[in-house]
Amino acid sequence: MATVLEVSVRVGRRSEAVLLAIACAIAIAARAFVDANAGPGIGPSLAVYAVAVIAIAAAAHVVIRLKAPDADPVLLPAVFALNGLGLAMIHRIDFAYLASGRETHFAQTQTLWALIGIVGALVLVAVLPDHRLLRRYTYTAGAVGLVGLLLPLAPVIGREVNGARIWVGLFGRSFQPGEFAKIAFVIFFAGYLVSHRDTLALAGPKVLGIRLPRPRDLGPILVVWAAALLVQVAERDLGASLLFFGLFVAMLYVATQRISWVIVGMGLFAVGAVVAGTLFSHVGARYDAWLHALDAEVYDSGRSYQLVQGLFGMASGGLFGTGLGDGSPALVPYAESDFIMASLGEELGLTGFMAILALYLVVVQRALRAAIGVRDGFGKLVAAGLGFAMALQLFVVVGGVTRVIPLTGLTTPFLAYGGSSMIANWLAIALLLRVSDAARAGAADSARAKQVAR
Amino acid sequence: MNEPIRRLSVLVLLLFLTLMVSASWLQFAKAGQLGDDPRNVRTLYRQFGSFRGPIIVDGQAVVSSVPVDDPFNYQRTYLDGPLYAPLTGYYSIGPGRSGLEATENALLDGSADALFWTRLGNLFAGQEQEGASVELTIDATVQRAAYDALGDNRGAVVALDPRTGAILAMVSKPSYDPTTLAVHSSSEANRIYSSLVADQTDPLINRAIGGDTYAPGSTFKLIVAAAALDSGYGPDTLVYAPQELALPGTTATIQNYGGERCGASDNIPLIDALRVSCNTAFADLAMRLGWGVIERTAAKFGWEQSLNIPLSVTPSRLPDNPNNPQIAQSGIGQFDVRATPLQMAMVASAIANGGVLMKPYLVSTVRDPDLKVIEHTSPEVFSSSLSPDTAGALNAMMQAVVSDGTGSNAQIAGITVAGKTGTSETGADTAPHTWFIAFAPANDPVVAVAVLIENGGDLGNEATGGRVSAPIAKAVIQAAIDRAAGG
Repeated sequence: MATVLEVSVRVGRRSEAVLLAIACAIAIAARAFVDANAGPGIGPSLAVYAVAVIAIAAAAHVVIRLKAPDADPVLLPAVFALNGLGLAMIHRIDFAYLASGRETHFAQTQTLWALIGIVGALVLVAVLPDHRLLRRYTYTAGAVGLVGLLLPLAPVIGREVNGARIWVGLFGRSFQPGEFAKIAFVIFFAGYLVSHRDTLALAGPKVLGIRLPRPRDLGPILVVWAAALLVQVAERDLGASLLFFGLFVAMLYVATQRISWVIVGMGLFAVGAVVAGTLFSHVGARYDAWLHALDAEVYDSGRSYQLVQGLFGMASGGLFGTGLGDGSPALVPYAESDFIMASLGEELGLTGFMAILALYLVVVQRALRAAIGVRDGFGKLVAAGLGFAMALQLFVVVGGVTRVIPLTGLTTPFLAYGGSSMIANWLAIALLLRVSDAARAGAADSARAKQVAR
Repeated sequence: MNEPIRRLSVLVLLLFLTLMVSASWLQFAKAGQLGDDPRNVRTLYRQFGSFRGPIIVDGQAVVSSVPVDDPFNYQRTYLDGPLYAPLTGYYSIGPGRSGLEATENALLDGSADALFWTRLGNLFAGQEQEGASVELTIDATVQRAAYDALGDNRGAVVALDPRTGAILAMVSKPSYDPTTLAVHSSSEANRIYSSLVADQTDPLINRAIGGDTYAPGSTFKLIVAAAALDSGYGPDTLVYAPQELALPGTTATIQNYGGERCGASDNIPLIDALRVSCNTAFADLAMRLGWGVIERTAAKFGWEQSLNIPLSVTPSRLPDNPNNPQIAQSGIGQFDVRATPLQMAMVASAIANGGVLMKPYLVSTVRDPDLKVIEHTSPEVFSSSLSPDTAGALNAMMQAVVSDGTGSNAQIAGITVAGKTGTSETGADTAPHTWFIAFAPANDPVVAVAVLIENGGDLGNEATGGRVSAPIAKAVIQAAIDRAAGG
């Protein structure tokens, strides 16, 4: 084999470089529009930003080339573009707040978080040669996830912001450990399910035509999952509990291939939603604000104010938007975080909104493709879990903003202001890159082998 | 495990499709409806955020949009707000718009069809939409003179150029400052608006043309006189003018001002009856002429007709099928006869212009942002109200009113003024409204004016048109003639 030299397998590193260049151009152009339309005009700070963006993209490209040469070439550029658009929008909203007399430096902070996120992701890609190593930490991950979720409930360090107790204050900074718990739980679910999938699927009594797993097989995962849900309900984190529920059902389905789990899961969810709406006044109020958002009574009470202002913003954007820097996104409370998609919809229009959704769709579909391509069950479950979690999270938050479902608090990955979300999502991308590298490495190897045989 | 992952990817596709449909629904299908929602302040921002054209008087912008650093970009400002408010109206994020700001809105905000090419040009040049400037016929000096002369009285002054119908001055008091309503806080604007609406003195009403109309009192005798002259009477024709006129079929009588006689005998010439404003003579004359003749004459002057100058003018009213006592009352401008000050200025204007009534108008020229003229108002004949002979006779009779009658307070040295007083009863307990309508110079009129003071102004029950309104008319005429001579 030592004589083999002619290897021409398309792994796409060159495509990735081109796509990354386009993503950089989008990020820099968006910021230039913001500076020109809403800010003091294009100045030296834009040049500094441009250089930084290009440098970090180049660094990312080099690390991927060296450490994960067969990784999916579309994943990284798509996330880069999303991240760039988010930073530009937050930069724009800083100007909008400034115009109304409120000085904020969200963009500056967010840029730092993005940098930490990207560097963190690259380090993870570099130090983790194989995703299967994570399987060793299945139960550790489950414990870490639970502790992470519980931290905000702890005295002293727990913080409640806007009615949701999902924050932890440390060293003068606030964190949302739930964002990291999401990844930990994906690893735990994947590790546990891959070990027990056969017994889960095949052993156990049959009730009403559905084969139920034995309690000792399902027990641990059910305990962790129920604990997570309970904690989130206690923290009034509706969006996250919805996300975890959906994620669990989806991973269970992928592991067991039993559609009955999905049906049971959705039934349980419907019951839970109705019960929560009746029992908890804050949940009922959310339903009300969703169904009757535009009613004078609900609007005047302030319950649907944020939602309706977001709808107004998107409507005023129309097909092509007001243009970056020319809308009034700051009229919507939390335009830089919860409602950043409404801000983008207003200034980039339906066209831009669709483009952003398409970018997310690309990321999610690439994750699922990696799940299909990778050979080990653990890798499949991790990639499918991370991909589906992102899709579901986006559906919950954007569906809330566009009034498809009731509004719940979740961050928009890579776009919304917030460090925990930014770093956690970049780490998830690192894992996906790692899994996709393994998935495509197999294909690349067999292609190489064919050439050798010739 | 690949099959469930593929199904999962189909589910993901469906989730995204749902989001895409909902976004399209919001940003395309429902965008218009959400944009029209009154709670959507963005629509206001857009509406108020573009450059709105100025309203110009005598080459100076009395209403203009000044760039400011807030979400609305421009602040509407009103120079001498109260002076012009009855004309300009307001443009507010609270109560909306009124006056010329409302009637000329499409031109001012640039959305009018006439500005299509300008809009197209701006679109390609990447510039924002700009509005046209609206130039008024108002003469700033005459307007100011009328405003100052009116003092603290509640009332209105209208001055017209009888030759063209151009409105030289239109003042209504009390007034308000539209700048206070242009504040960029809808709650503040609404609060100020509510207090203006609640104000008992009705500052938001342009008394010259809108809202209330007033009994014209003796100024309506000109209509009766015109009807008589057209029916064969002459200025010297003797008319029956008793000290007290019994109204047929009733126990009521009509008396003259202060119960006096109009002349040495019970029959006096028509010209004298008008000069001393003899009530019994015109009440009797109205009954003799019959209501039909008077109604037709009044209609030629504009009664019972709507008019836009382009502000909407409340039609002046006549009684419907009055009986004889009612005709007698109507003949002296009481009963159900009602007129706006603009209507009475039109009466003076028609007589001044040899019987030809020109249509009153307020907007002379509209220019696009490049100062190109896109609309120019040409004088139009409203009606040929009177024969030249009748107009000439009325002119002479009105000169007598000022030179040697009830209107002597309007005399101006070196200028022949023609006028007619009016004092209309408003009820047993309230002071009368006083009128004076006039034009000058009588031989070649350049200005026709009507002055109305509600409830006698300072003089209260002692007020008459000659005492209260004539001096104000005099000041306005003086200003207009000075301007005509100077210009």
